[in-house]
This record gives sequence, structure tokens and C-alpha cells, in this order.
Amino acid sequence: MNVSPGEESREAAGGAATATRSPLLQMRGIKKDFLGVHVLHGIDLECAAGEVHAIVGENGAGKSTLMKILAGAYTPSAGEIIIDGKPQKFSHPLEAQQAGVSIIYQEFNLLPDRTVAENVFLGREPKRGFIVDRAKMERETEKLLREFAPDDPIPPDELVGRLSVAQQQTVEIAKALSLDSKILVMDEPTASLAAHEVERLFTRVKRLRERGMAILYISHRLKEIFELAQRITVLKDGQKVKTVNADEVSSAELVKLMVGRDLDQYFPPRGDPSKRGDVKLRVRGGATDVLANIDLDIHAGEILGVAGLQGSGRTELARAIFGADPFLEGTVEIDGKPVKINSPQQAIAHGIGFVSEDRKSEGLTLAQSVRDNVALAWRGLARRRRNQLTINVKDLCQAVELRSRGLGQEVRFLSGGNQQKVVIAKWLATEPQLVIFDEPTRGIDVGAKAGIHDLIRGLANDGVAVLMISSELPEVIGMSDRIIVMRNGQIAGELPAGPTEAEIMFLATGEEDIEAETEADLAKIQEELSSAGEGGKS
Amino acid sequence: MSTSAAPVPEGPSGVGEGAPSALARVLGVLRAIPVVWYLTIILWVWIAAINPLFAEPSGFLAYLKQAAPLAILAAGAFFVLASGEFDLSVGSLVTVCVVIAAAVSDGDPSKTVPVIALLFVIGLIVGLINGVVTTIFRVPSFITTLAMLLILDGAVWLYTSGSPKGALADNFREIGRMGIDVPVIEQLPYSVIILVAIGAFSVWLMRGHFGRQVLAVGDNDRAAALSGINVTRVRITAFVLSALSAVIAGILLGGFAGVTAQVGQGLEFEAITAAVLGGTVLGGGRGSVVNAMAGALALTALFSWLNLQGVSGALEDAVEGVIIIAAVAVASYRLREGS
Amino acid sequence: MTTSTPPVAQHPGPTAESGGERSAAARFWRSLTRTTTGQVYLALIAILVVCWVVVAIKGSNLLSIDSIADMLIRSVALGIVAAGQTLVIIGMSLDLSVAWVISLTSIVAAVVMDGSNANIAPGILVVLALGMAIGLVNGLVITKLRVNPFIATLGVALIIQGFIESRWDGVVEGVPGGFEDSLGYSEIGPLPIAVLLLVAVYALVWFLLRYTRFGHQLYAVGGSEEVSKLSGVRTHRILIMAHVICSLCAAVTGLYLAARLGAGSPLVGTDGGYDLESIAAVVLGGTYLLGGRGSVLGTLAGVFILAILDSTFNALEVNAFAKDVVRGVIIIVAVAAYSFRWKERRVRKIGAGPAPAVTGNAPQTQTPGANA
Repeated sequence: MNVSPGEESREAAGGAATATRSPLLQMRGIKKDFLGVHVLHGIDLECAAGEVHAIVGENGAGKSTLMKILAGAYTPSAGEIIIDGKPQKFSHPLEAQQAGVSIIYQEFNLLPDRTVAENVFLGREPKRGFIVDRAKMERETEKLLREFAPDDPIPPDELVGRLSVAQQQTVEIAKALSLDSKILVMDEPTASLAAHEVERLFTRVKRLRERGMAILYISHRLKEIFELAQRITVLKDGQKVKTVNADEVSSAELVKLMVGRDLDQYFPPRGDPSKRGDVKLRVRGGATDVLANIDLDIHAGEILGVAGLQGSGRTELARAIFGADPFLEGTVEIDGKPVKINSPQQAIAHGIGFVSEDRKSEGLTLAQSVRDNVALAWRGLARRRRNQLTINVKDLCQAVELRSRGLGQEVRFLSGGNQQKVVIAKWLATEPQLVIFDEPTRGIDVGAKAGIHDLIRGLANDGVAVLMISSELPEVIGMSDRIIVMRNGQIAGELPAGPTEAEIMFLATGEEDIEAETEADLAKIQEELSSAGEGGKS
Repeated sequence: MSTSAAPVPEGPSGVGEGAPSALARVLGVLRAIPVVWYLTIILWVWIAAINPLFAEPSGFLAYLKQAAPLAILAAGAFFVLASGEFDLSVGSLVTVCVVIAAAVSDGDPSKTVPVIALLFVIGLIVGLINGVVTTIFRVPSFITTLAMLLILDGAVWLYTSGSPKGALADNFREIGRMGIDVPVIEQLPYSVIILVAIGAFSVWLMRGHFGRQVLAVGDNDRAAALSGINVTRVRITAFVLSALSAVIAGILLGGFAGVTAQVGQGLEFEAITAAVLGGTVLGGGRGSVVNAMAGALALTALFSWLNLQGVSGALEDAVEGVIIIAAVAVASYRLREGS
Repeated sequence: MTTSTPPVAQHPGPTAESGGERSAAARFWRSLTRTTTGQVYLALIAILVVCWVVVAIKGSNLLSIDSIADMLIRSVALGIVAAGQTLVIIGMSLDLSVAWVISLTSIVAAVVMDGSNANIAPGILVVLALGMAIGLVNGLVITKLRVNPFIATLGVALIIQGFIESRWDGVVEGVPGGFEDSLGYSEIGPLPIAVLLLVAVYALVWFLLRYTRFGHQLYAVGGSEEVSKLSGVRTHRILIMAHVICSLCAAVTGLYLAARLGAGSPLVGTDGGYDLESIAAVVLGGTYLLGGRGSVLGTLAGVFILAILDSTFNALEVNAFAKDVVRGVIIIVAVAAYSFRWKERRVRKIGAGPAPAVTGNAPQTQTPGANA
């Protein structure tokens, strides 16, 4: 499956061929587990100097983890990193930096209140005697910027906080350059860039390539990958699927590599569509600063799945419905009556519950007991409603099959699965009519996932409307009665129960990301994708 | 430090294979008792050894009378600390109460009841201002309450022009000094009764909705807000409780210590020290009000002990400074090590 | 299909433009109206004008030579302390022990100098060393013991207070005439030495912040300890250094006040409210309470504003105690006013980050040295 070292790498589009040499970067057999959960299962990766090597995979495939290991933020449980023939062990990001590795995260490591030059030279401010040589700092920075980003001059004495996102990204790259990095990792670099800024970035990446940098480029935007990368490595479920040359694979094939797995997971049986209840929640024309044109209906007793890539707006949708970041436009109706939901308190009063993505920072008070956490949302209810709903923590815990050492145990000692059950029990106590789940089984081991799935289906069977966001395609497909797919803050499409993963991915990545010149091409790709992955159907 | 006073071992420590031996069970119970109680009892025993009068009911009750105001302040401090904030204005609020009570009642016993009502109103207003400025105007609480300290101090001096006027009525002073005549122990001080009442009330509060919400807000205000808790209201209420505890402490101190312009000086810090000694975590979310009050008992006992050892009164401040730093350092170390 | 760009941390002010109009005059105007420091100075002038009018109505002249000299002298003590406080606040820390450090150093100066001019130099050295030692303790407790800065410094304050109150009761004699005259009252040309001292301190601190690695890295540490660490900055060392300098400034203030009073005093620090007032001056000067940005020149403006208000109150014969009340209110209002602006900025992350969530106000989320 490996592309053997020494093989010539050619460019997909234009540019000179790069010379062959043994690769600058080699990662061999990288394994990583967190507290017993295996996240990476032995990955091999290579990148030559002057190569752009793309890393693709769906959410949770392990791309970020792998890159963080390279950048020294995590230590691998097994495997080795070899740079320029020398094996490396990084125990701190600084060491990786000194070995020539620079990583640009999605959330930049910049100080907004300092200037461009000050950021670039942080920790290594040039001195003249014992005075910091500001002039030199700014001169060097300007030189760097001019060299590789002449199309968008950024004054070195400008505050980073005043720059646009694209410019801030340029500063990050300049920082890497000033460190004489040989290996640059870019994590979803175009996530917040406008089209013309993306073009500029490509020019710069190509220029960096010409300088001999090895560039690892994580992205789900296939169009970009084909424009920039020489080789593509596909990761799935913590394993490497394949490394291919960019000019030897089509986008449809790539998508197929990314998805399509044997569905050996059990999911509770879906609901009968004819027995579906009435529309519980209806949104028309919903918009926030990130979302637009949100029209959706959620019926009582159904599980509406929400799929989409990272950054497509799924969590924002959940938070809008829940009133945490309310809709700025549009209407929301519950049971046919228009409502205004501008705060979580209002949402809860209307019977909405929200099991958020990050249970530790948003769903639980970790130092408090099971009892107190389960009662948390109930306690926030208005007194009248609270008196209506007598709460029996013990019964609730039994209903979710919680396993803990008594109701007084501090929640932080529970396993991930049990913590999630506490959150679910918390919302059950408010007798909700609609529950939103955001990544309900993230960070939960396989054994406990089934329990959570049963709980969710049980809720739906009891007539609760369920909105379930998930990055795990099997989960979305297995659990949902209907699926909406989000892309770029809008709903890209809706699918009935049991679609293929490829169909979802197609909607999630968008037509413009897939090379389709004509309608005919598009139709052909769509057909290819629907027939792909027989194992994707449950 | 364990957060509960209940003698049930919690957490991953303890349970091994098979039934624990009797010895293991006893040790488990002993380990669950918060350190502050050990400290307090050791000090009590030591003091009694040096000064046998301490062991007698009248001596011990005198000590409780002395400790009561601080213990009440510690309870108030606990609510604010548990919600994740600080209240540095309670000391000057105590002074304000004493001074105003003296000036307004001017020795007239018939005015005592209205004066006490007035004090509570003042406390309520101060607490509300502290709470509103901190939550709605987003000023960090230690700045808000530090500024309030300055304002209250200034107000006191403004009103009295340097020396407190008037005097407290006799019946007012009795509250802090006297008590009910009771057989055997002769006199049960009002302060002790009030102390116990406040303790019981605080425990009741903490067990109820409000108390649980306070801990939730201090632990993780984001999760609390996303669960529908009105974080603002909880925090403001905590500030109000703190201010009211200062009023009560002021009433007791007025009788016990007399009327001076320094009566409340430094009490805010003593209250926080007591709470931290009692296991309250700065930053919120953990602790028990009873243990915070026990911290006050321990601190008062410690100062008595120091006195008996011949350490001058002024050095108490220095000792307190060391204690609070040590207590916070230890607590922060334990938290980081986790369990 | 439109791509929506998530919110980006934007400061108010013009975005970077290529080359263009950068004439000196335009730059000066921009720095006066657009930067926070510039705005504070504009506010200073405005306040000065208003106060002058108010005082003139009462019949006095706020801007007479005597009055100005008086305001300058008032500014010296607070000013020197505030310069040091600026440093620690930029580093996202705080020092509430300064008032007692001032008292202690004034006493130690008196004691060491012991009335003899020959002892002035050793006296100064001892005092400065003492200041640095206290700063070192503060810094270590905060970084190594991970104690919340204001508990740490308040604790140290208490320790100093206890020490002082157990040994000294009232004014401590011993300041030699030579010291008193020179530092306290003499002039070089038209300017009192004290004012020159103030200028020197500010020049030094300004230089430190702008032109040394320490200064640069202090801003970084205050802005984000994480980012700084990732870039190899020795964050603990920087913070400790900031605290050492802050206490050093407090010690210099102690020396100055000892000279001015002709004696050391246990209460000179707390009477002047130097702890809270230095923070007020820093905040008024536009330095962000949560670290990472600010200018010591802004602090100087804040000090002047407080001095002007002080003089105005005196001229209006406002009750001395009412001044305390007003000062407390000013502090709250200033912090609240800046707070709104800060909260907006602070919450936005650079790059593609999720929308900001509900935040509480507990200081522990922002102070270095985990305490919870």
C-alpha cells in the first residue's frame, strides 16, 4: 500500500518536476492511544522536500492526531519519526520546531495585540547589544512577506488583531519561514478564506514548494487537493487506506476510498415513517452570521440526522435552535405556534434539551455529584414547572442504565459513556419534547455506544423529536429516519433513511469541489457514488 | 480535602477486593473527615492544656462568642467563593453597620429594632450593587468589592468625620455579649444561638435548589447557563448573602468589641482565609459551608493559641498571610494532582 | 454558493493598507486619536479643561504655577508605583502588596539611615534590595506555588503588615536632613528632583517594555501564556522579573515618601491607597486588566488625571473622605467602561474558531497560577 521511497513524484498541474531523493520526512508505524482508546493504528507516511502531500479523511479519521504527533504536541505510543534521515523524539512542540517542523493550526497561535513582526520573532527577538533591534525585526519580516506574498503587502508594524484571517495565516507562514522550517503542516488552511484569498494561498504554497519545503496539507476540499498535491494519503478510522499519486486518481475514487466500510455495527431498528408524529419544530428562513436559508421540520418521534463536514455549521444550527446563539432572521414554530427562542432558558421552557458536543465543558459540572448533575437542568426550571415535574434521580439513572458508585459520586470519575448518560438523564428530567444531540457518542468506547443509541431511539419511540448531529457516517445512517446534510452554513440537501455514505459525502463536499465540467459528468459521478460501497447500506 | 462532611468514602480510593476489614473501614471514615476539623480539635485540646479554663463551659462559650462573627462571615464568604467570585467589602460593611447603628440610635433602646432593620436594608443594597456591577457590568469581582471597600470606608469617615458618634443602646449590645440563662452552663450566648441558626440555615440553603446552583455556577458557569440556570441571579444572590452576613456579624461585633472605626478592618480577608482553611476552593464549585465555619473556629483558636504562646497581636496578621498563601498553594497542588 | 467567513478578531481602526500616506503629521494624528494611549491623553486634556473651569468658578486657578507644581508632586509617589504596577498587569498578574511595601521601605530607610547623611547610600541600597526580595517572593509564590496573584500579594501584604505593626507604632524617625532635602524638596533648575525621578522611572520602564526582550516577552506572556510557551518564552522567569521590578518601584516610592515626610511611617502606604490607586491609574491609562496590551505612558496619563481630580477636590474643599468615595466610584466606572470593550475583543479567537459561548466573570479563568 505504501508508495515506495525514491519514486518520482510528478505534479498534477503545471510546474517543474521535483528531483527524487529519499524523503525528508518519514513517519513509520505511528500508533496513538488515549487512555486505552486506540486512535491511530500504525500509520506510515512520507513526504519529500518540495512535495505537497495531502492528507484526507472524514472527521475523526485521525488526521489531526497524526499531525499533532509530528508537531510535538502529542507523543506517539509507538512508531518513529525520521527527519532528514535522523530519528526524532519530540516531547514538546518547541523541539519539533527546532527540528524544522512548523504547524499552522486552524486556530492560529498568534497574539492579536502584538504586531506582525513581534509575532514572527516571538521568543527570538533580534538584539543589538542588549536592545531589541526593532528595525531589523521589521526589515526581516518585510523581506519575508515581500518574498512570498508580494500580492498582499502587510505592514510589519500592523497589529495582528487588525488583519484579516487570510493575512493572519500569511503571518503564521512567515513565522514558519523565519524559523527555517523544512516541514510545514497546514490544517484545513482554507476553512475561513474567501475565494480570491484561496487563490493567493495556492500561489504561496507553490512558491514554498519550489523552495524545497515539504508540505503536509490537511483538507477535505478535493478541488484544492488536486490543484496542489502531488500525493494523497487517505486515512480512515485511524488507519491508512492508501497513498496515491494525485494525477492517478479521480475525485470519485477518492471519495470512495474515504468512505464505504462494512457496516457491522448494530443499530436499533428505525421508526416506521407512517407512524411519524406531527411537526414538532419548524424553522423557516433561519439565519445567523454563519448560517443561511435554514428551512427544516422535525417531527415528533423521529430522529433527524445532521451530517456534514467540520465547519459546515451543524453545531451552529444546534445552538441556534437552542437559543445559545439564536437565529437573527427567520421564524421558529413549535407545535405550529411561533416562538422566540433567544436564550437556553427560553428553549428549555419550550421543552428543548441540548446534549452538546463537549460534555465536559458544556454539559457537566465535573466536581459535583451524579445527583446534582442530573438535577441541574431541572433546578433551572421556573418554579411552577419544577413543581409539576417531580424528579426522581434514582429512577432517571436507572432509565439510562447509569453505572456509578452511588448517586453521590463526583461525575469527573465516571467513564465517558456514563458521563454522557448523566447528561441525557439531566435532560430527561425536564421531560423535553425535542432533544438535540451533538456528537452523542464521541469519545465513548464501542461497548457503551450501543447503550447510548438505544437511549436515543427509545426517546424517539416515546414521541420525542430528536435532532442528531454526528460525524460518524455509520451512526448517522444507522440511526436516522431522515438526514439533512450541511455545507457552508446551509442545508445542502436531504436524504431519506439509509443512504450510502458516498451520497452523504457528495452532498457534504459540494459540487464545486468535485471535478465536474458538465451536467453529464455530474450525473455520472452521482451514479458512481450511489452504487459505491454496498457495505454502506444497512 | 473532601468536600462532604458525611463519613462515607467517595472516589476511587478505598474499595479493594472483597469486604474491607474493620480497620480499613475506620481508616476510611477518618480520612474522609476534613483536615480542618482535625486542626480545630487539636488546637482546642492544646489550648485547654495550657489554659484549663478553656475546657470549662463558660470558657469555651466565651471562645465561641468570639468566634461567632467570623464564622458567620465565613458562611457568607463561602457563598460568594463557591459561586466563583470574591467579596472584599465585608470588613468595611461591618464597620459601617456598627458606626451607623451607634450614630443613629445614640444609646436609645427603643431605636434598636428600626436600626437593625436599617442595617439589613443597607446590607441588601451593598450586596445588590456588588452583584450587579460584577455580573452585569462585567467588572472583575475583586475590583468591584475592593472599590466598594474604599467607598464604604470613605463613607464611614465622611459620616463620622473621624471619630464615631453616638453609642449603641444597651439592648443592642446585649446581642453580642449576653445570652440566655440556662442551668448548668449558666449562660448560652445569643451569638452562639445565632451562629447555630445561621449554620443551620446555610446548610439548608446549600442542600436546596439555590445551594446546588451556586456550586454548579462556580464549577462551570457555561454548563450551568446551557442547562438553563440563571447565572446572574445566582451570583447576585450570593453577594447579597455575603453582605447580610456582614450585617449580622456587625451586630454581634458591635456588642462584643465595641464601637470603633476599625472594628471591621481586615475581616474580609480573615473570612476568606477561614473558608479556604475549611476546604473551599477559590474559583468555586467545591466546599462546604459547615467546613468554612469550622475554618473560622480553627482560625480563632489559632489566634488564641498564638496569644497564649506570647506572640503579639499584630503578628497575627503575618501568620494569617502565611496561612492563606499556604492553604491556597496546597489546595491548588492537590487539585492539579487530581485524584 | 456563498462562503461565509466566520468572525475575525478585528480591532477598531483602519485595516492595513499598502504604503500610502505615512507622513509624520498624519501618523501623529493617528496615534493621538486612534490608539488607546492617545485617547487617554485627549481625555486628560478634556478633564483638565473641565476642572479648570469648575475651579475658576470657585475663584481659584487650577493652572497656576503653584497648583501645577503641586499636582506634579502629587503624581510622583503614585506615578512611580503605578509604573511598576503597569508591568505586572501587562503580564496578566497583579500586585496588591505595594502599599505595605511602601510603608516598610520608608521605615527601613529611616532605620538604616539612622539620621546620618553618611548612611544615605547604604540605606538606599538596603531598601532597593528589600524591594527586589519582596518582588521575588511574590513572583515565586505566583508562578511556582501556583497561587492566584491577588491572594498571593494580599497574603504577602498581610505578612508585612503583621511584621510592621508588631514592631513599630507610629512615625519612625531617622531620615537624615540631607536625604530629606535632596530627594524631598530640592530642585534642579525649575524642576523638583522628584519630578525628574518620575520622568526617569517612566523613561526606564517605557524603554524596558519597548526595547528589551523582557518587555516584548512580557506582553506575550500576558497575552497568552500558551502561545508564549510554544514559542520558547520562559514564562515564569518573565513574570517573576515583572514582580521584582514592581516591588522595586514600590520601594523607590517608599524612599521618596520617607524623604518627603522626613520620617518613615507604618501607615503611609495604606493612607495613600497606593494599592488600589495604582491599579486605577493603570486601568484609566488604558492598559488591559487581563494582560497583553497597554502602555506605561497611558498609566502616566492616568496618574495625572487622578492628580488633577485630587487637586480639584481640594480646591473645591470637598470633604477628604468624600474623595475616597468618589475614587472608588471612578475605579468601578473606568473598569466597567473598558470592560465592555475588552470582553468583545477577548472573546474572539483568531482564525476559524467557533462562536463565543456564555462566559462568567470569575477571575480565576484569566489569572495565571491555577488556583482552581
